[in-house]
Amino acid sequence: MRLLTHNMLSSNIKGVVNGFPLRIEAEKVVEKTVEMNSEFLKKMFDKVDWKALVDASRAMGYTELPEEVDSSILDSDEFLNRFHHALLELHLEEGALVCPETGRRFPVNKGIPNMLLHEDEV
Amino acid sequence: MLASYKELPRTAQIRLVSSHQEVYEPCDDSFALVDALLADRSNLLEHHPSLCMEIGCGSGYVITSLALILGQEGCGVNYIATDINPHAVEVTQKTMEAHGVGAELVLTDIAAGLEERLAGLVDVMVVNPPYVPTPEDEVGVEGITSSWAGGENGRSVIDKILPVADRLLSEKGWLYMVTLTANNPSEICQQMRKKGYGSKIVIQRSTEEESLHIIKFWRDFDIGKDEPNQSASGFIGSLLTHIPLFSFWRRTNSDKC
Repeated sequence: MRLLTHNMLSSNIKGVVNGFPLRIEAEKVVEKTVEMNSEFLKKMFDKVDWKALVDASRAMGYTELPEEVDSSILDSDEFLNRFHHALLELHLEEGALVCPETGRRFPVNKGIPNMLLHEDEV
Repeated sequence: MLASYKELPRTAQIRLVSSHQEVYEPCDDSFALVDALLADRSNLLEHHPSLCMEIGCGSGYVITSLALILGQEGCGVNYIATDINPHAVEVTQKTMEAHGVGAELVLTDIAAGLEERLAGLVDVMVVNPPYVPTPEDEVGVEGITSSWAGGENGRSVIDKILPVADRLLSEKGWLYMVTLTANNPSEICQQMRKKGYGSKIVIQRSTEEESLHIIKFWRDFDIGKDEPNQSASGFIGSLLTHIPLFSFWRRTNSDKC
């Protein structure tokens, strides 16, 4: 699971009001290099919750993202490289996503988050 | 013939599609959906989607084919696929790896957990829903049954997916969906028209057992969302005749990105 996906996931347990962002418990993180496309990054920059991305990348052991950003930073190639790496190249292979409100753990196995709810959570 | 064969766009190869006894294997409906994507290939390439999504990815045949048609990260395209069946997401992952492509996989019911943050971001969505009319209590049963059991008129899951698709699709978002005559596709198109979507049948195909329609939906900003009882003329007017397979390639494979 990439952090792009993490940034789009929330806990949707019945009754949960603030299910985003899910806290990452990382057991195994892998890096997979992929080609960069700066147009994609610039488009996603507006959509991504920056603080959630910074916290998630820290939980994955990557601390190179700046905490405060505005759109002028998109002119920096160095920034785009870091953003690309955090968003698309870091994968949570094994671990869990934890609901910020209830503490319910959604397991991540073989890189796939299990967001299925139990009957009493729907 | 050989030269033109080499220019055919790549789609997933059956011999590389992974399988599991509890996962629906690519069948006529899957092939019809991929043929529809191929028929619309030049439009898809010009559409420049950033995020593509499949709901109910099963074997991974369709999302793999879409990724081969549109390219990957270097082309600025990312893929996300969901299934309610844990075996299906794993099989899809293997199928994609075998073709050298990848998607983000989420084990979930339709798009639960993604609806809030992914809203308005999906540029292309493909869905081969469980459309077979069955008793209502077979819907959502574990394992392979979830891939086909569609409840009354085969519409139970389709009618849950459509509002989710409406929420997730971007302003320029397109949805390609498999339906059966028994699902009443013209009624589905009228329902989507009320939400502001245009529609057309990209492929219509009769097999021994069923008559399949692959419908494409797009947001049509000329449609007044509050038009009451809109007639089905738009749907009927846009009916395309069956497109003979493989007759539509006018472009070479070199324009991939």
